[in-house]
Amino acid sequence: MAFYILAFFSVLGGVLMVTRRNPLSGAFALVLSLVSLAGLFAGLAAEFVFILQVLVYAGAIMVLIIFTIMLLNLNPIELYEAPVGRFHTVVLVVLCAIGLAAFIQVFSQLPSAVTAIGPDFGSIEGVGELMLTRYLYPFELVSVLLLVAIVGVVLLAKKVI
Amino acid sequence: MGEITIHHYLYLSAILFFIGVYGVLFRRNLIVMFMSIELMLNAVNLSFITFARYSSSMDGHVIAFFVMALAAGEAGVGLAILVMVFRNRTTVQADDLTLMRD
Amino acid sequence: MTDYLIITGKAVFIWAIALSFIPLLIWFERKGAAFIQDRAGPNRAAVAGIRLAGLVHNIADVIKLLLKELLVPPHVNRLYFMVAPLLGFTFILLAFAVIPWADVLEVAGRRISMQVADLNAGVLFVLAVTSLNVYGIVLAGWSSNNKFALLGGLRSTAQMISYEIPLGLGIAGVFMAFQSVQLNEIVRGQGELLWGFLPKWGLIVQPLGFVVFLAAAFAETNRNPFDLPEGESEIVAGYHVEYSGIRFALFYMGEYAGIVLSSAMITTLFFGGWQVPWLPTDALVAHAPTVLRVLLAAGGLGALVFALLMVVFSRRIRGAFGDLREYEGHVLGIFNIVVAAALLIMFIWSYSITLPEWGARVVAAVAQVSTFLLKLVFFCWLFIWVRWSLPRFRYDQLMRLGWKSMIPLAFVNLLATGLVLLLIDRG
Repeated sequence: MAFYILAFFSVLGGVLMVTRRNPLSGAFALVLSLVSLAGLFAGLAAEFVFILQVLVYAGAIMVLIIFTIMLLNLNPIELYEAPVGRFHTVVLVVLCAIGLAAFIQVFSQLPSAVTAIGPDFGSIEGVGELMLTRYLYPFELVSVLLLVAIVGVVLLAKKVI
Repeated sequence: MGEITIHHYLYLSAILFFIGVYGVLFRRNLIVMFMSIELMLNAVNLSFITFARYSSSMDGHVIAFFVMALAAGEAGVGLAILVMVFRNRTTVQADDLTLMRD
Repeated sequence: MTDYLIITGKAVFIWAIALSFIPLLIWFERKGAAFIQDRAGPNRAAVAGIRLAGLVHNIADVIKLLLKELLVPPHVNRLYFMVAPLLGFTFILLAFAVIPWADVLEVAGRRISMQVADLNAGVLFVLAVTSLNVYGIVLAGWSSNNKFALLGGLRSTAQMISYEIPLGLGIAGVFMAFQSVQLNEIVRGQGELLWGFLPKWGLIVQPLGFVVFLAAAFAETNRNPFDLPEGESEIVAGYHVEYSGIRFALFYMGEYAGIVLSSAMITTLFFGGWQVPWLPTDALVAHAPTVLRVLLAAGGLGALVFALLMVVFSRRIRGAFGDLREYEGHVLGIFNIVVAAALLIMFIWSYSITLPEWGARVVAAVAQVSTFLLKLVFFCWLFIWVRWSLPRFRYDQLMRLGWKSMIPLAFVNLLATGLVLLLIDRG
């Protein structure tokens, strides 16, 4: 039951985001979607990723996006978007539908057996242990990447270099 | 209501992914395109976590963690570029950025 | 079925405590401010002559805020305007779910943990939920259609997300020192003794982390010296300037609930939480009759002392007013004498009974909850004390402090903690 409610809110948030003209309304709809996704993660016994989703995605990345939107301060005239032509619409919708159908076809062939999980599944210790043993190189590379991103952002956003 | 199986989560992930694809293809506002990319990344995260749950291995969690970290870095850099574009062109519509076209 | 009842009971209990701390804190703030500023504080609101030294003001405040006109300014986005106060208040209350109030209670064959949810990632839940609190402020500032509100909202948002980093990094040292992220494990770890006589409190193990976390907690709750976004003399009360009545009350209560939450976090992580110093749970359970007698005696003596003070107070104001106000001291004195008599009778009666097994554990839990509440009240008083002693930071000073001082300090703390732990491990 909880799955259906959370799934409904995540899809609702996504649909609202891509249909609202004002990007700020879209951003708040995306926050709703992200928090619902976090709930879905918690339902899938992924405690650490649930907390990370709320902390990092909904709590920091979306605040950054909302901040930027408020900083840009777009008035409604600048938000007008020329509608996509009919030919393009039809082609793209057909492609999307084919893609979705292909995904669903592939997914429906997976076995749906539920394997048992231990009580420590999804805990911080488990993720940390995996990350520092098997995934050590990606971990270090991601930290270097984030450092480069920080330096890059500071450089990009300065008015005078 | 029936049992919630892996298929439910995967269908939801596919639907969210394609909502994101619609946002990137059909919306011309750069910010909305950017947020649609974030939605796509989240749909993929859901898919990773689902597979981790149904095969009892926590590799999916670690990969989802990396995806989140990468999305954070991408958000920072993407928004910085967006702010610079806005400063120079005072527009956030993808259709108006035609400087390099023919 | 019993499980649901227990969890609901715990949730209601914690919700009630968190909410009833708010009027207490408001009274504390006003009387504390008056005390620091060498004046009397609010002492006018009265119910049938009983003033209760200003506690009745809270009832007057509630009535006023409930009955005020709920003004919605024109040209605002109504949905966001109405949702913002709810967001600002809900998430702080939600974070109370993981704070442990006592050790695990083993009664009638089941282990009842004295927190609503013993999450695996306990402290991170509080961090995640307080980072969602930013949305209430952002929405309030933006939807008010008011330049001051927008400026205050953006500044407050930037301040809160900047200080989330030292908040998290300051606690990272505590995680390393106590080898766990669960709050109950951290509190239990603080019961051990260092070098035989010093309780292993977070303050002693992580002094720099404590300083960083304290400053970041002040900034997260928008509290002086970091309250530029809502300072009345700078920015006309910032992001909640357009709110009136119960909506403003929700913001106000959210701020005080944030103070209680930050005090609870500081107590739990750095000051031993529910640990009575030098008395772990086993010692409390083993000496439960003594603990019970000490608690009852302390309560009785405290009520007696208060009754005596009331007698002195009544003598001093005798004949000054000539109406019902003179009897305030009498009423409170009689009430306290009755309470003291009841507690002392229970004290004498406790010599004649033997506690059952579960009684000893309940007494230990009560002692631990009282310790926690005492420490909590001390830290709430610290918040109020600092507010009325320090001037406000300017916005650029604030950001510079956060990014250029707090974060490097927190990193140094992490490095030092790691080094010390490595050296201890190596022997």
